Amino acid sequence: MSNFKYIIGSFADPDELMDGIDRLQANNVSIYDCFTPMPIHGIEAKLGVKPSRLPIAAFCFGLLGGTLGFSLLYYTMFYDWPMNIGGKPALPLPDFVPVTFECTILITALGMVATFFYRNHLFPGRAPRVMDLRATDDRFILAVDANDNADHLKIETLLKEAGAVEVKYNERKYVSYE
Amino acid sequence: MSSHNESILREPLITGKDITYAKITDDILLPVENKPNRAWWIGFILAALGALLWVFSVGYTFWTGIGAWGLNKTVGWAWDITDFVWWVGIGHAGTLISAVLLIFRQNWRNSINRSAEAMTIFAVICAATYVVAHMGRPWLAYWIFPLPNQFGSLWVNFNSPLVWDAFAISTYFTVSLVFWYCGLLPDIASVRDRAAGLKRRIYSIMSFGWNGSVKTWQRFEIVSLILAGISTPLVLSVHTIVSMDFATSVIPGWHTTIFPPYFVAGAIFSGFAMVQTLLLVMRKVMNFENYITMFHIESMNKIIMATGSIVGIAYLTELFIAWYSGSEYEMYAFANRIAGPYWWAYWTMMTCNVISPQLFWFKKIRTSIPISWVLSIVVNIGMWFERFVIIVTSLHRDYLPSSWAMFYPTWTDVGVFVGSVGLFFTMFLLFIRFLPGIAIAEVKLLLKSASLQQKSKLIKEGHLDKGQVEFFTNSLTKFDSVTEEEIKELETK
Repeated sequence: MSNFKYIIGSFADPDELMDGIDRLQANNVSIYDCFTPMPIHGIEAKLGVKPSRLPIAAFCFGLLGGTLGFSLLYYTMFYDWPMNIGGKPALPLPDFVPVTFECTILITALGMVATFFYRNHLFPGRAPRVMDLRATDDRFILAVDANDNADHLKIETLLKEAGAVEVKYNERKYVSYE
Repeated sequence: MSSHNESILREPLITGKDITYAKITDDILLPVENKPNRAWWIGFILAALGALLWVFSVGYTFWTGIGAWGLNKTVGWAWDITDFVWWVGIGHAGTLISAVLLIFRQNWRNSINRSAEAMTIFAVICAATYVVAHMGRPWLAYWIFPLPNQFGSLWVNFNSPLVWDAFAISTYFTVSLVFWYCGLLPDIASVRDRAAGLKRRIYSIMSFGWNGSVKTWQRFEIVSLILAGISTPLVLSVHTIVSMDFATSVIPGWHTTIFPPYFVAGAIFSGFAMVQTLLLVMRKVMNFENYITMFHIESMNKIIMATGSIVGIAYLTELFIAWYSGSEYEMYAFANRIAGPYWWAYWTMMTCNVISPQLFWFKKIRTSIPISWVLSIVVNIGMWFERFVIIVTSLHRDYLPSSWAMFYPTWTDVGVFVGSVGLFFTMFLLFIRFLPGIAIAEVKLLLKSASLQQKSKLIKEGHLDKGQVEFFTNSLTKFDSVTEEEIKELETK
């Protein structure tokens, strides 16, 4: 029985998956992760996944973008080479609003998405680490680490009771390595 | 929980029987996983010919210079800027659908946002080509950006709305592209996990290694929400800045403070019309009738009607202010629009943009697919003429009657415009061939709450108010994807 690494509960319905999580947790079985074809609201709270700190990152990037945008305008228009354009002031703050704003938005978006990709190890060409190929189609996958949880038979029974269509024993952690 | 019972009073967003998660994937990936049908090939060949015309016309413009166009000393901006504003405006509906409707939790956006965002990106590409072409020396296009140079450094003039525009359009394009691609990741992963061989390798690279774990989805949703939050003011700023290209000048007919909101409303108006033009064909050709339902069509028609009315009010306000200002030049500019040599352009604009969307007050009209499709094209013809009227009629009679002139387009003007339409459709057709045209993951979210089959289940279980059930079944009659037997079946329960 010790050849495999992960027990995979494959559900056809998100509510049954949630039920499966409840049952396993009630029996002190630790859950490795879930893989689903769509976001499931409330699952983070159940699994004790902390709220994302990406909004903080986005805010910081916004501040950075605003500062960079304004600095660019201040430097070019006022500090480096102030020009007399129709006798207008060299530091016309209202005219600086659009470009400062666009820079803020641009840096916020790019910075936040870059952080998201970095934290989730998403980049072009990365080998997908999928535990079940149907997790992006129609199956809701619940993975349990077989080494951390000894009573495999009980886990299978609990998963089946919750409505798992299939229970698999994976010898490799990820089935999709190329 | 992942699903809750939605009120029966809300119309279904997914119709059809026996829809499962697997069926949603199968249906939406059908055009991606199979060879394209005849309709796609016909469309693609026509569009590609158009794109070829575009390459030729733009190439000729670059080779000859701006003299290839019908511009003259008086009318220095004409077809190209008209087309530029037209395309940018069309792009706005994509962001509106993907961002504003997400913030307002309008679930019907889920099945139309993907193609609308793609449309945004392609429309902005088309728009950007006009700006570059109009520069005359396109190989120096980067001069619009503040790069250190050998002249001092002599920087760009940040007081100029044209420089703001360069920043606005490039930010808009980048953010839209990022938003669209982030949303595509889970769906590309769906294609990847079902494909084999080379196809799998390509989609694997494109999927960035997406796996759909809890943390990935959690961050994905946060990213979508924040991108929506920042895209909303962004999209408003883009067309505001486009309108400032005109409004900050001193040309009568351009120099008005009403332009920013007026342009934004017009942009959303024409953008939704273009979404309607594309989706009505796409749902038929790609068999997406169960996902893009009559409810979606009717909702979009209502938005077209609302924004069309705002545009109508803006036209009338403009006329009133021209008179109320007491400014001789302002009054003449508008009198010239109404009854001058370009009267036909003005009245085409008025008919297409003010009168035709008012037809959508009639339920029969806004739930009729052929009429909606024709009207969506009429609206975009009207919106093209709006920009033409604003630009050309304001310029062609300037302060000195001796320099009054008319604008006559050359074949290059026409070729660049018709060609850009071809370019747009080429890109759109390639998109629906190789990428999922509907956001699969987001549609799956609706299956257990907003689908007809879920609502039918609730009705069959009983416990619902009779009046509400009757209201629901009555609302189904307009759906072309729901048969009369299905409705009868629900009524007898």
